[in-house]
Amino acid sequence: MLSVTGLCTDYVGEHGQVVRAARDVTFEVPAGRLFTLLGPSGCGKTTTLRSVAGLERPSAGEIRVGNEVMFSKGVFVPPNRRGLGMVFQSYAIWPHMTVFENAAFPLRVSKRFSKEKVMRVLRTVALDDFADREATKLSGGQQQRLALARALVMEPRLLLLDEPLSNLDAKLRERMRFELKRLQRELGITTVYVTHDQSEALALSHSIAVMNAGRIEQIGSPRDIYERPRNQFVADFVGSTNFLEARVLGRDGDFYKVSSQIGGMKVLATDALATDEIVTVSVRPEDIELTEVRKDGENTWEGTVYQKVFLGESVDFVVAIGDHHLQCKAHPSLRTRVEEAIYMRMDPEKCVALRKN
Amino acid sequence: MSTATAITADSIGARRAGFDAQWLIIAVCVALTLYLAVVPLGFLLWQSFFTPQSAAKAARFTFDNYREAYGSEETWTLFLNSLQFATGAALIAFVIGTALAWMNERTNTPFKGLFFALSVIPLIIPGILFTVAWILLGSPKIGLVNLALQKLFDTDAVFVNVYSLAGMIWVDGLHYSPVAFLLMTAAFRAMDPALEESAVMSGASVPQVAARVTLPLVWPAIFATILILFVRAIESFEVPALLGLPVGIQVFTSAIYQAVHRYPSQIGLASALATTLLLITSVGVYFQSRLSSRGSKYATMTGKGFRPRTIDLGRWRYLTTAIFLAYFLAIVVLPFAVLLWSSLQKFYSVPSMEALSRLTLDPYRTILSYPNLTRSVWNSLLLALGSATIIMLVTSVICWIVVKTRLPGRWLLDNIASLPMVFPGLVLGLAIMILYLYLPIGVYGTIWIMLIAYVTRFMPYGLRYNTTSMLQIHKELEESAAMSGASWATTFRRIILPLLKPGLLAGWIYVVIVSIRELSSSILLYSPGTEVVSILIWELWENGQYVELSALGVMLILALFVLVLAAQWLGRKFGIREA
Repeated sequence: MLSVTGLCTDYVGEHGQVVRAARDVTFEVPAGRLFTLLGPSGCGKTTTLRSVAGLERPSAGEIRVGNEVMFSKGVFVPPNRRGLGMVFQSYAIWPHMTVFENAAFPLRVSKRFSKEKVMRVLRTVALDDFADREATKLSGGQQQRLALARALVMEPRLLLLDEPLSNLDAKLRERMRFELKRLQRELGITTVYVTHDQSEALALSHSIAVMNAGRIEQIGSPRDIYERPRNQFVADFVGSTNFLEARVLGRDGDFYKVSSQIGGMKVLATDALATDEIVTVSVRPEDIELTEVRKDGENTWEGTVYQKVFLGESVDFVVAIGDHHLQCKAHPSLRTRVEEAIYMRMDPEKCVALRKN
Repeated sequence: MSTATAITADSIGARRAGFDAQWLIIAVCVALTLYLAVVPLGFLLWQSFFTPQSAAKAARFTFDNYREAYGSEETWTLFLNSLQFATGAALIAFVIGTALAWMNERTNTPFKGLFFALSVIPLIIPGILFTVAWILLGSPKIGLVNLALQKLFDTDAVFVNVYSLAGMIWVDGLHYSPVAFLLMTAAFRAMDPALEESAVMSGASVPQVAARVTLPLVWPAIFATILILFVRAIESFEVPALLGLPVGIQVFTSAIYQAVHRYPSQIGLASALATTLLLITSVGVYFQSRLSSRGSKYATMTGKGFRPRTIDLGRWRYLTTAIFLAYFLAIVVLPFAVLLWSSLQKFYSVPSMEALSRLTLDPYRTILSYPNLTRSVWNSLLLALGSATIIMLVTSVICWIVVKTRLPGRWLLDNIASLPMVFPGLVLGLAIMILYLYLPIGVYGTIWIMLIAYVTRFMPYGLRYNTTSMLQIHKELEESAAMSGASWATTFRRIILPLLKPGLLAGWIYVVIVSIRELSSSILLYSPGTEVVSILIWELWENGQYVELSALGVMLILALFVLVLAAQWLGRKFGIREA
């Protein structure tokens, strides 16, 4: 449905310097799917989205929606002729119009106004009772839904969402996350979603592209991204993780034997590794199993509790093995005290060896 | 300047992939701005180096104008007079304004509510009426102040004489002291009292706090305020013309006026003088803008949340109250009262029981049936409404380009549109007069030339009002319209302009007000049939029809008062602060 190839977008910054915001960005979004661009601020995700929208003019690459070329060498369809729906981070609700007029605007400017259509879309986002209200009198969540209604009223081929939940408080954000997911799945509308919040991305998306410094680091399903990160950046940005420096000793079936900072261990790798190659092993805190009794077998260690933080639903431990510290997440029933001995085990499936760039 | 045009035009041309009305509107607005702000300046400079063109002789290059302007003893006097007048008026305004601002912000002087009424005085009472009123109050022969004091002390001595350099400084400084009051109030408010309090906590005495903390912090504001007042005073035309010329005290503005009105008129000489004046005001405006942009560094100072502790003056507050009331009397009550009094007399006479019995509405009748009145009022209205509308629409586009786009050269556009700020009214009038004397497009001598002058002169104000509003419009409000399928023109009409409304309206009314009072440009550009109200007042003064002038003045002041009230009401309604 949407295909972006080799997209480069630069812009001139405040002080006249050229900022290369998106570099060689390539991805494909099949019809009906929700695709997320995830990354820290300044990684180029919003620029990429705005290039798709036509609000930025790329310097190279190609953007197609369906069979139509939106941008290519010598082709630039202006945003108002692209027929895409977009929800902005600030919602951009026009304060001088009513709720109804805000939602009706896209139909009015394209001379396809129909009252029923507007009311239908307002009903979809449960704002039909507020149609005659001043748009400024809406709450944050309602404004967000109105922005969505305005983006949907034209029945666009593609919906673009720029951090739509970032301006809501935590509780509401969680509710709107489910709401958005339900709407997208029900309407089956192809969607590109931009966020810096990894849990939002994991919860909503069919697939995720993690971006860093203008480039896409990895594209994959939420589970892929989380469990099989391709490099340190992805492992670190999506969820929290422990990194261990290690040297590859050799292959062991589907796994590799490595010698790490905390001793020998068995790990998984997505790419083929060479013997003696230096890699980084990523282990997520919740994948480290902690017990007070000694366990035998592979990937087991003895350490001491260095620090612990009670968080209610879980307890975060920092466990010292030699002079190396590991973050672990455990069930609150584990009550081992600071400076006491503790035993840990890691499933080799969950220890991912990452190659150096 | 042609390179500037090229840059803007180029970048517009380069983005021309999908042509629509957008570029046409933008190009027209940019071209208009460049034309209005730059071309007259060019002609003024050109003229100052040429002899007058006539049917018999072509213009030729010469330095004679400058030689004549600077070759004589008189020029030195002229320069000295201007400098003394402007410095004196600026200092008077500054001292009065700062004292009042301090009283209002930092002490518990009563009548605080009245203080802010002051800020609109220069808007409501046009310079020419204020000057006339002070002539009626302070002239050696008929001045009420003199008469009252003479009666009190039973003597013939002349106590005050407005027909002097000191008188000019007093009247002009007084008239613009509210400007100083506003600027210094802002400076006082901007200062976080915690800065002074922490100096006190560090053990500093009051004089030490003043010298080491307060003064260094407000210094940029003080200097910027004095510069603004100085530039404004050196541009001032009404006071020097009415008070200085009768006794031969010339400053730049009145000298330019006389050079044009001499027979044969010496436009070359006027241009040479105008160029000098322009140079002075440019330097002033340049340093002032440097100071205010640097001033933001001193912005310790967000103006939020704190209300400085006020000093309890104890019994001294009777003194400050008395000072304030005296000031209020001098700037509002007396000038208006004397105009009102004189407007109710058949012939001007000083107040007395006998005169009181001769009160009449005749002057109003006379002025209302005055042959030129209807036409002047009509012209004034037409010019005020026309220029305000054109200015607000054109500057909304200019300001959109400056604020919302990334076109290279947009800062230049901003500066060019603000350029008329450095033109004194008289100099702008002269430049435009020269331009259309040479440009045979039938504008000279019509009302159009005045429209052009007004639009040019007040364009920077419109730009400033629009910019304040435009900065508050989030970029995404426009972008969401584009994503909804709206073209640029539709977005501008349906989204930008409605959202800009508060600034547009406030700016529009402001331009209407200043256009109605405009005198110094009009005086060089009007011709029979295109008189405006302020010109009519000028003519009445020259004819010695004081009572009719007073009647017209009273009505004009009331009309402006209503307009200012409307502007303030709108400002409150839309939460817009005066620029």
